[in-house]
Amino acid sequence: MSKDTIYPGQEHSFSDIDETGLGAVDAVPDDRPPASLFGEAWRQLRRRPIFWISAALILLSLLMALFPQLFTSADPRYCVLKHSLEAPGPGHPFGFDKQGCDIYARTIYGARASVSVGVLSMLLSVTIGVIMGSIAGYRGGWADSLLSRVTDIFFAIPFVLAAIVIMQIFKESRTIWTVVIVISLFGWPQIARICRSAVIEAKQEEYVTAARALGSGGWANMLRHILPNAAAPIIVYATVALGSYIVTEATLSFLGIGLPPTIVSWGADIASARSVLRQAPQVLFFPAGALAMTVLGFIMMGDVVRDALDPKARK
Amino acid sequence: MLQAETSSQAVGAQEAAEVQEQAQDHVQEQANGADLKPLLEVKDLEVAFQSSTGTVPAVRKANFSIYPGQTIAIVGESGSGKSTVAAAVIGLLPGTGKVTGGQILFDGKDITHCTRKEYEDLRGSKIGLVPQDPMSNLNPVWSIGFQVREALVANNIAKGSEAHKLAIQMLEHAGLPDAERRSKQYPHEFSGGMRQRALIGIGLACHPKLLIADEPTSALDVTVQKRILDHLENLTSELGTAVMFITHDLGLAAERASYLVVMHRGRVVESGPSLEILQNPRHPYTKRLVQAAPSLSSQRLSAGVEAAQSAHEVSDSSSEQSDSDEVLRAENLVKVFDIRGAKGEKQELRAVDDVSFSIRRGTTLAIVGESGSGKSTVANILLGLLKATSGEVYYEGVPSSTLSAADMFKLRRKMQPVFQNPYGSLDPMMSIYRCIEEPLRIHKIGTREEREKRVAELLDLVSLPRSAMRRYPGELSGGQRQRVAIARALALNPEIVVLDEAVSALDVLVQAQILQLLTDLQAELNLSYLFITHDLAVVRQSADEVIVMRDGKMVESGSCEDLFANPQEDYTRDLIAAIPGGSIPLWSGN
Amino acid sequence: MKRYVGRRLLQLIPVFFGATFLIFAMVYALPGDPIAALGGDKGLPPAVRAAIEREYHLDQPLLIQYLYYLKGIFTFDFGMTFSGRPVVEVMADAFPWTLKLALMAIVFESVFGILFGVFAGLRRGGVFDSTVLVLSLFLIAIPVFVIGFLLQFIIGVKLGWLPVTVDQSMSFKSMLMPAIVLGAVSFAYILRLTRTEVAENATADYVRTATAKGLSRPKVVVRHILRNSLIPVITFIGADLGALMGGAIVTEGIFNIPGVGGTMYKAIFQGEAATVVSFTTILVLVYIFTSLIVDLLYAALDPRIRYE
Repeated sequence: MSKDTIYPGQEHSFSDIDETGLGAVDAVPDDRPPASLFGEAWRQLRRRPIFWISAALILLSLLMALFPQLFTSADPRYCVLKHSLEAPGPGHPFGFDKQGCDIYARTIYGARASVSVGVLSMLLSVTIGVIMGSIAGYRGGWADSLLSRVTDIFFAIPFVLAAIVIMQIFKESRTIWTVVIVISLFGWPQIARICRSAVIEAKQEEYVTAARALGSGGWANMLRHILPNAAAPIIVYATVALGSYIVTEATLSFLGIGLPPTIVSWGADIASARSVLRQAPQVLFFPAGALAMTVLGFIMMGDVVRDALDPKARK
Repeated sequence: MLQAETSSQAVGAQEAAEVQEQAQDHVQEQANGADLKPLLEVKDLEVAFQSSTGTVPAVRKANFSIYPGQTIAIVGESGSGKSTVAAAVIGLLPGTGKVTGGQILFDGKDITHCTRKEYEDLRGSKIGLVPQDPMSNLNPVWSIGFQVREALVANNIAKGSEAHKLAIQMLEHAGLPDAERRSKQYPHEFSGGMRQRALIGIGLACHPKLLIADEPTSALDVTVQKRILDHLENLTSELGTAVMFITHDLGLAAERASYLVVMHRGRVVESGPSLEILQNPRHPYTKRLVQAAPSLSSQRLSAGVEAAQSAHEVSDSSSEQSDSDEVLRAENLVKVFDIRGAKGEKQELRAVDDVSFSIRRGTTLAIVGESGSGKSTVANILLGLLKATSGEVYYEGVPSSTLSAADMFKLRRKMQPVFQNPYGSLDPMMSIYRCIEEPLRIHKIGTREEREKRVAELLDLVSLPRSAMRRYPGELSGGQRQRVAIARALALNPEIVVLDEAVSALDVLVQAQILQLLTDLQAELNLSYLFITHDLAVVRQSADEVIVMRDGKMVESGSCEDLFANPQEDYTRDLIAAIPGGSIPLWSGN
Repeated sequence: MKRYVGRRLLQLIPVFFGATFLIFAMVYALPGDPIAALGGDKGLPPAVRAAIEREYHLDQPLLIQYLYYLKGIFTFDFGMTFSGRPVVEVMADAFPWTLKLALMAIVFESVFGILFGVFAGLRRGGVFDSTVLVLSLFLIAIPVFVIGFLLQFIIGVKLGWLPVTVDQSMSFKSMLMPAIVLGAVSFAYILRLTRTEVAENATADYVRTATAKGLSRPKVVVRHILRNSLIPVITFIGADLGALMGGAIVTEGIFNIPGVGGTMYKAIFQGEAATVVSFTTILVLVYIFTSLIVDLLYAALDPRIRYE
């Protein structure tokens, strides 16, 4: 068994150069358009049907929220008891509810409350969450410990019960903002946690160290390098959260402590549909369906965006 | 090579008499003319991956064979298809990979399209695997002993307490000290080298006829690498196991294997006896590889003709400066970290312990050391990223601790880093243009147009096309990113560039290119380099002065030639001896 | 390990005080005058009123009242409702309902969530995976009360398979539907979490190494994919008990269950401060207790944590 033995079939041989080719070492690609992270994500999203479905759902709910007149000329608050629970008919495609209001009009007008609560709560939670999470993640030390305990406190308090108490405190002066503030008060800690860990991960990257070696200081690095790289998980979570905040609003309205009764809202309509569910299921079906489709639009969007932004899933 | 074999047999004999007994029948098989029949034969093998845009061939018409007890190596760069060949042999092609043509014969039997059950019978007991990355290849939630035992039980070698005993024995054979106690521990309590020994134990647990070793030591320090490979060689020669090394390192391949298969872009471009290939390469790609392979016999790189001329001009214009013109001096640097010990008690770690050196203008100082030697900490202190516990850094004679924040900011322009990881050192959200422009913006230099012009110049300087400035880091290869990182470091016309393992993560050919580029730039711009590396072969090619560090302390220092020719300390000698293929004379061009 | 658990325990102390104080302050701010309500139309004489205020320390500032309250808790004195019933009795009536409901929900969501998640994760991108993923999104998108109404209407009223409301004996059959409704959203989350973990771990290097040892596929799946994937799933399930108990209010409303949610809902509207604060304190304690269990489980399941 000498290592110098040459076995049959293991003689020195080499392949034809024409056949194998050689090529320059390390050539720069120049046949493709430049690919930024978000550009690549967009290219990938375009090919996913789910992306287009959720985009259409989101667009539709935004249109309903902004321009309900486009969809119906009926007044959602014009109710005639004589029409109570009437089946769908010409001009009233979804029929009437218990009070004799047009369900189609109420479903269209209900979008505004849901979507605005969702969007505003998301913006407020993200603003607070990103600021707190960035400070905790970047500074570390006592700021981090303090923030972790504060978020723990918010997780320890049962949300729905606390929301009922707060809404009850503002019983007389309840507006859409009361709901937004209550949801954000319990929404930001989750975003702060996500932002914190994304920032901690990004701040250890070598490009941040390289920028520090250039003399670029703390918060400039934060804005230029760390936050843009930490953005992906926050964007994904914010999209999903927007959907879940809409559900939360509906739940509060269902419990009778959400939006003031003067505002047309899906949650309140679903709650009032309960007593007539056996006679007229359509009263429940349409507001619930609209709510589910809107929320579905946002959480599906969050899901596909996560896949598109995740470098692990791409390779 | 032969020398290694004799010494290893001596050690092996006393170390594993039992294993030898068990392996006796293997050896006999070989003696009985098995020489003529290959253990593994790969014939016209083709492997392709299915992607959204069609099939991508990964291996094209590969042919080679392994005889019982023989050690061969498949050599190639990343993307050459070498790991895919190995995965095809053991039926572990990842994802959408499929064998699309050819045959794999093991012991005369076609195993190209085995069923899952047939593969399960084959794996472990007949073909073993030692995977690449010791950090990710052991399951973190099971003890080491369990993971070895599992292999024995699965292949019906042993059960219960007998399996337990055998597993410990196997770990001992794999060179794990105190195996009885260690087998109860979990992977995170092991160092990289220990984990690799455990993986070798798993791979050889059932005495397979063929062991596939996929870059088994590329993640380890050189001295650890040498010890583990020596040990693996002993074990396999005792057991009569054939070994198929997969490696990017030509030197290592030639030192350990008798037969080489060189792969490039999915094809076998050349194959044959190791020495023959190293000394008489025929395919142009192999020639390139051999020429680029850094080894002991290589010399300090010199700049190209043009660059050398301009360097001459520079040195003429600054002729009043003496040869010993010192840009940077570090005196008695100490850095102490507070860490927590195993039981949570406070401990001091002297990461850097009394380190002094100086760098002359236009030269390269290399700091060499293994992981944990404190070499990167020194670099971070020089760059002002860490504060030294004590000691002083003089920049052109001025102590840096006396500088105001504003002066420190100015000083940063003179000293720029290039880091190891080509995938981490560029912000993936920024275009190449913005990456290179960033230093100019931070230091508020020039107008927009001037900066744009400067970026174009810098790209020329590092031999990247100007069109690259619109691209994003994710689109470039490791070598190209490293060029961008060098361009960024040069943007502010620094005097010193700190290269922290700047070429370690690159393929051999690309590494050679970058080293040449750095040498040319040094001559052209009269730069001084601080070269932080674990790789002595690279040091030989690029450094003038060398410091060897270990556990935070300076072991030895001196001029590069002296140090290699006449190392004073045992540790330095160990490091030099550990360079794979260091002693093999290579083909040196036409 | 001891260090780790000790540190977590220390961290939970400020959480307990912070959470209870916040709730206390919120309840303090509730509008209405329950004492005046006691007197009915006639109103209370000032002397009686002052006596009641003194007895309940209502004349003290917020912080002092909170400290009195804490003192009560540590001596297991949760106070009285305004109608004179000890709060402990009210809790003894309400908590068993909610606890049983939440535990049944946990069992349902864990068993089915993990089962579906494993199968989806092992065949990522397959038909089962895609279907289950979309269905789970629907569960998350549809509010619990809609799911509750629909199940109640279809299974309870139309098909008559299960009772529409619960019976006083808390029978398994009558609690089944409420438990499924309560666990529905968490079921979707557990399914998705398990699926992601399994799919990710299936491509891990150590799984490849285990296969290369010659292990059979079922053994690889159970020992190396499942074992690792379940660590985050189990911690999620552990943390969910507190969330389910606090969030059962909607489900309890739909199925007429006299549990924690309904009792508190009434108490909040009537300004029954002692009841609201006591109930919430118990829920906070449940959260803290389960957090601790989760930490211990985590340390037991993941050897890397033990040496932190």
